[in-house]
Amino acid sequence: MSSKELAKVAAAQQNTDTLAAALKSGNPIVLASFLVMGLANMAAGQVIKGLIFLAIEVGFIVYMAIPMGGCHWLSMLPGLGEVERIEVYNEEEGFFEYLPGDRSQQILLYAVATLVIVALFVVIWRASIRSGWKAQRIKAAGKKVPTFMDDLRALLDENIHKLLMTPPFAMLLVFTITPLIYMMLMAFTNYSKEGEHLVLFDWVGLKNFADLFNSSSTIGRQFWGVLLWTVVWAFFATFLNFFLGTIMAMIIDRPTTRCKALWRTILSFTIAVPQFVSLMIIRTMFKDDGAVNKLLQSMGVIGAGVNLPFWTNATWARVTVIVVNIWVGIPYTVMSVTGILKNIPAEQYEAARIDGANAVQQFVNITLPYMFFVMTPTLITTFTNNINNFNVIYLLSSGGPTYVGDTAGQTDLLVTWLYKLTVDKQQFNVAAVIGIMTFLILAFVSLVTYRNSASYKDEGAFK
Amino acid sequence: MGKKISGSVKAQRTITDIVVHIFLVCVAIVWLIPFIWLVAHSFRGGVDRGQFSATFFPTEWTLDNYTRLFTDTATINFPRMFLNTFFIACCSCFVSTFFVLAVSYCVSRVKWKMRKTYLNMAMVINLFPGFMAMVAIYFLLKTVGLTEGNLIPLALVICYSAGAGTQFYVMKGYMDTIPTALDEAAYIDGATKWQTFIKVTLPLCKPMVVYQVITSFMAPWMDFIFAKIICGTKTQFYTVSIGLFSLIDSKEYVSAWFTRFCAGAVLVAVPISILYIFTQRFYQEAMAGGVKG
Repeated sequence: MSSKELAKVAAAQQNTDTLAAALKSGNPIVLASFLVMGLANMAAGQVIKGLIFLAIEVGFIVYMAIPMGGCHWLSMLPGLGEVERIEVYNEEEGFFEYLPGDRSQQILLYAVATLVIVALFVVIWRASIRSGWKAQRIKAAGKKVPTFMDDLRALLDENIHKLLMTPPFAMLLVFTITPLIYMMLMAFTNYSKEGEHLVLFDWVGLKNFADLFNSSSTIGRQFWGVLLWTVVWAFFATFLNFFLGTIMAMIIDRPTTRCKALWRTILSFTIAVPQFVSLMIIRTMFKDDGAVNKLLQSMGVIGAGVNLPFWTNATWARVTVIVVNIWVGIPYTVMSVTGILKNIPAEQYEAARIDGANAVQQFVNITLPYMFFVMTPTLITTFTNNINNFNVIYLLSSGGPTYVGDTAGQTDLLVTWLYKLTVDKQQFNVAAVIGIMTFLILAFVSLVTYRNSASYKDEGAFK
Repeated sequence: MGKKISGSVKAQRTITDIVVHIFLVCVAIVWLIPFIWLVAHSFRGGVDRGQFSATFFPTEWTLDNYTRLFTDTATINFPRMFLNTFFIACCSCFVSTFFVLAVSYCVSRVKWKMRKTYLNMAMVINLFPGFMAMVAIYFLLKTVGLTEGNLIPLALVICYSAGAGTQFYVMKGYMDTIPTALDEAAYIDGATKWQTFIKVTLPLCKPMVVYQVITSFMAPWMDFIFAKIICGTKTQFYTVSIGLFSLIDSKEYVSAWFTRFCAGAVLVAVPISILYIFTQRFYQEAMAGGVKG
């Protein structure tokens, strides 16, 4: 058989392995297994497998049907609970006690979890029917139906991805995907400390997103400023570090520079030491009474009693975080750039030198274009990482200085603002909106560029 | 004439060299000053142990800050925090390394139907701000009852390793460079995929596995966001980072405890830096060596 015919046979097999095919040409037992999971497996001799499917179905139905089970939470989802906590006088004991009311947050969480469980069940249900249908076909063809042990053995061989992917994916589903869905749904509610909606809240549709474009609302007033600063910050943090880091790497790499390893090791200190240590130290040093002001005073650069407002003036704070970030970021650039610089053909420099180009001209016309060409994907990743650069801002300025009445400080990025809104201010709905907006911006930047990058397109090229 | 020109070129080169080295020394000083300052103040003696001192370098020196970190454990139990973090780091490094290896092997070596879907999903998940779901995770863990009592370390292990399923890019990139011919040879010899994974792929990834182990071991030592949310006020479960962070973050502590913060920071930073230098060695080895087909 030619490879084309083989592919045709495989495609035909693929076609029979669907729910529609099972519905069309399956025997009554297969059809019954649409309702009673695992029936077809058991009838074909795969008793354990069939029982497992059946147990899953029973478990699912029980979970959905019990009083505080899935159906209960799903039915609460549209209203998110109405019963308020009420105070009643307990005559026997002689004091006031509280009758617990509904808690919208809990309802939403359980409902989302139930939705995930339902989705999971549908996947298992489909798999069970296909598995039963396949077992019936094998039996009808008179071949040996794989036993439970065969199935287990297949998990170590051709089905190894099922074995290896299940634990990581299960953890992702429970602790990343479910919480993300939950947080995204919050963007459509009024779950916030503002207006006392911490216990009971309701769906408000797209109101929170509309507020973004309403400059008189608290979020609309601050959002665009924070967004602009986030982009400005990411731009400087990425490109300044890239330029200066490249220059630094070239200086260290000069043929006549001594102790290259020493300089690189000293630079890598900022990467090696945990950021909450190094940045907290810098924050302390730059405070109004901090070491830097003390040093400048004793050197006579600024007068005694005069303090440079590194963290207390908006412009100073912005410049300081960018400058400190250079301190943090240059070592990363030096590390990643050193190898690439060596790949620039030496003849190009030679030719430029003969034409009389000086060092600066060589850097601008040869080094930079080459580096841009090679480093574009890295730069994009760095840019998106900088938009999400929580540590540097939070540890250095904590987003401050903050004007009265604002929730966002003058150096807050979208992520640090998001953190403040959830942890300190408990305005979960606004935080969720900001999280979604951050995601959209990042998705736009990276999808456009990442999908066009060679590493994505040629992902399979190597094999 | 020609000799004279080459002489001046040589002189110019020497001057450039001197300028460059002076510049590098300045840079080195700027890069090291915060760390020197940190170490110096961890040895600062005297009455005032707050964050502001009258001089750049301390005038009195003592080992007291280090000894009291270990003996005076009533308010801040540093040894306890150190053990907490060590335990959490060991567990989460084990779990996340397993997850990363499992996922990388599956997306790099095994053909399965949902593979591309999984890659896209991981990419989308990675675009969300890491702690956007943080509060939801906290609610979730609270509902399951993991945020109370002795289960807090377990909750933190889950926080640090649950996302490992999307952190496979470096490992996958490395596995992609291992020739598939090696796997095929193993299949011909009758090995199952599991045996190939354990006996062929894993040994070839050794430097990368070491890199992964150390990187995930280091994460709990650096994180102060999840730990703070999960632990709340239960100080007996604090990790070092959150313990030290609370020392310098709250006004009541910082005025008297700053030097002890410095001492604790030095004690955390030294092992972490050494580990980091290790990872770089293995990372470079992995990147330079690869597997020659």
